[in-house]
Amino acid sequence: MSQKTAEKKAVARKDMTRRQWLWKEIKRNKAAYVLVAPYMLLFTIFTVLPVVLSIIISFTDFNMLQIPNIVWLDNYISLFLDDDIFLLCCKNTFVFAVIVGPASYLMSFLVAWFINELSPKVRAVVTLIFYAPSISGQVYLIWGTLFSGDSYGWVNAWLLQFGLIDTEIQFFEDEDWVMPLCIVVALWTSLGTAFLSFIAGLQGVRRELYEAGAVDGIKNRWQELWYITLPQMRPQLMFGAVMAITNSFGFGGIVTALCGFPSVDYCAHTIMHHLEDYGSQRLEYGYSSTIAVVLFAIMIGANALVRKVISKVGE
Amino acid sequence: MAKLRTSKHKVVLSRSVGGDAGITVLLVLMGAFMFLPMLYVVMQSLKPLDELWRFPPRFYVTKPTLKNFKDLFNLMNTSWVPFTRYIFNTVFTSVAGTTGHLFLASMAAYAMAKIKFPGHKWMFKLVRTSLMFHATVTAVTRFMIMSLFGWVDTYLAIIVPAFATTLGLYLMKQFMESSVSDAVLESSRIDGASEFRTFWTIAMPMVKPAWLTLIIYSFQDLWNAGASIYIHSEQLKSFNYAIQQITAGGIKRAGASAAATVIMMAVPISVFVITQSNIIETMGSSGMKD
Repeated sequence: MSQKTAEKKAVARKDMTRRQWLWKEIKRNKAAYVLVAPYMLLFTIFTVLPVVLSIIISFTDFNMLQIPNIVWLDNYISLFLDDDIFLLCCKNTFVFAVIVGPASYLMSFLVAWFINELSPKVRAVVTLIFYAPSISGQVYLIWGTLFSGDSYGWVNAWLLQFGLIDTEIQFFEDEDWVMPLCIVVALWTSLGTAFLSFIAGLQGVRRELYEAGAVDGIKNRWQELWYITLPQMRPQLMFGAVMAITNSFGFGGIVTALCGFPSVDYCAHTIMHHLEDYGSQRLEYGYSSTIAVVLFAIMIGANALVRKVISKVGE
Repeated sequence: MAKLRTSKHKVVLSRSVGGDAGITVLLVLMGAFMFLPMLYVVMQSLKPLDELWRFPPRFYVTKPTLKNFKDLFNLMNTSWVPFTRYIFNTVFTSVAGTTGHLFLASMAAYAMAKIKFPGHKWMFKLVRTSLMFHATVTAVTRFMIMSLFGWVDTYLAIIVPAFATTLGLYLMKQFMESSVSDAVLESSRIDGASEFRTFWTIAMPMVKPAWLTLIIYSFQDLWNAGASIYIHSEQLKSFNYAIQQITAGGIKRAGASAAATVIMMAVPISVFVITQSNIIETMGSSGMKD
């Protein structure tokens, strides 16, 4: 606010047009542009430009071999009307995102909240236990060992031992098991940045607020959570949601590592796999860009929606 | 009305015993879900052959041995490219990418947080928006840009994009905004210091926790990077990729593969243990205001 009034004053006092004033400000802040330039240049080349290019290429039939033609909406039309696998991918992606996203978000918050009142040393240990799977790279492959399809797999061995099954279950090749298992593994690796942000946010809520709340008639920890903690943490909740949503659309790597590419009967094929299939293997860049643009729109849309919901928390 | 217990000076809110018990049980269950698979990897890596093939398998190791780690090193020596080359590739790209990222992102974050130049708001909004989509949506067109530059199959394809990752800039900018006071910067400017000097000698020393956080995030990404679509030559491939090739040898390498996983995860975990308090401090200002 104060900045805006200052701007107005500057314009009024010096009797300049808005454009002259802006130019003067830009010249005065030369140093700032020098500081942001290297980063913004690379950011533009490797993030902004790829998005813009994807959108442009999605209207063509570009494939690296022939001269591209503009086909307007043809790619989009065949994607939604003729591509059965894409529709299956959409379903799988949504199932993943709708389960893993909120579950990981809730688990991150609950754990952070549960450990908030513990002593700093205990808190540090618990934080490490929950955070470690998300930073340990390929460690999730251990789930492949636990649920391996032969009798050396931990789960199969014990099921056989107790006589619950006669033959081993091919967990990662059985349509009934692939999705649930991948969801569990994805959840296992998902307590990342959002989790740390929640821990820090909870630590930052001032104790006086709780004491004042207690005096004002807050009876238990649930009321305290809803009326004091959550509204105080709204910025962290927003940030955590962004992180959780982005991650919940990005679990393709886990599926590929555990179930192969493509997974049996495409039962865990996500939009990301479809993109990889057309982009890196079939080299149909026009079509794969269309998939990328759709996925991009879904992610941005999901973010906008969730942020709207969170802005209502505690009101 | 709320029941208050008073211990010494502080008011302690009432906490029901049932609630405490329920929370403890839930925490232990979730903790077991998170921790047991990690523990199992470590156990597997220490098991001698007969315990690895025991039926039914046992969770705990009874006669721990380092034989699997020795096997892993022997397997490494049989690789086509000397194994040290893979390690060099990962260490080199991790260090170079992280260093560049720290400098470029901090400079930009300082300008966006502390200099009110025309455009600082939309620039930051643009960067923040990129947190909202996964990098794989840009993979294909990014590859085209890389080929245009002639960077495919060079270290540059891994290192340079790492300079401009966005989470680092976001966290640094938020942290600078909340913990570097404008008055201190102003007095430095009045003394005639250039913006760069003010950034380097005044602002940067005040944000050490954020540096560490940036370094760790960037390092983790690069360290855990496996096969990349930009790299074809065996000599340029990463340590993680090489480890995966070994572990892909199937069931007969279960022991060596567990040993490899333990080595790979030991690095990021120990780094996090050392820097945890700094990262949490940085995350304190990670919130999104609107």
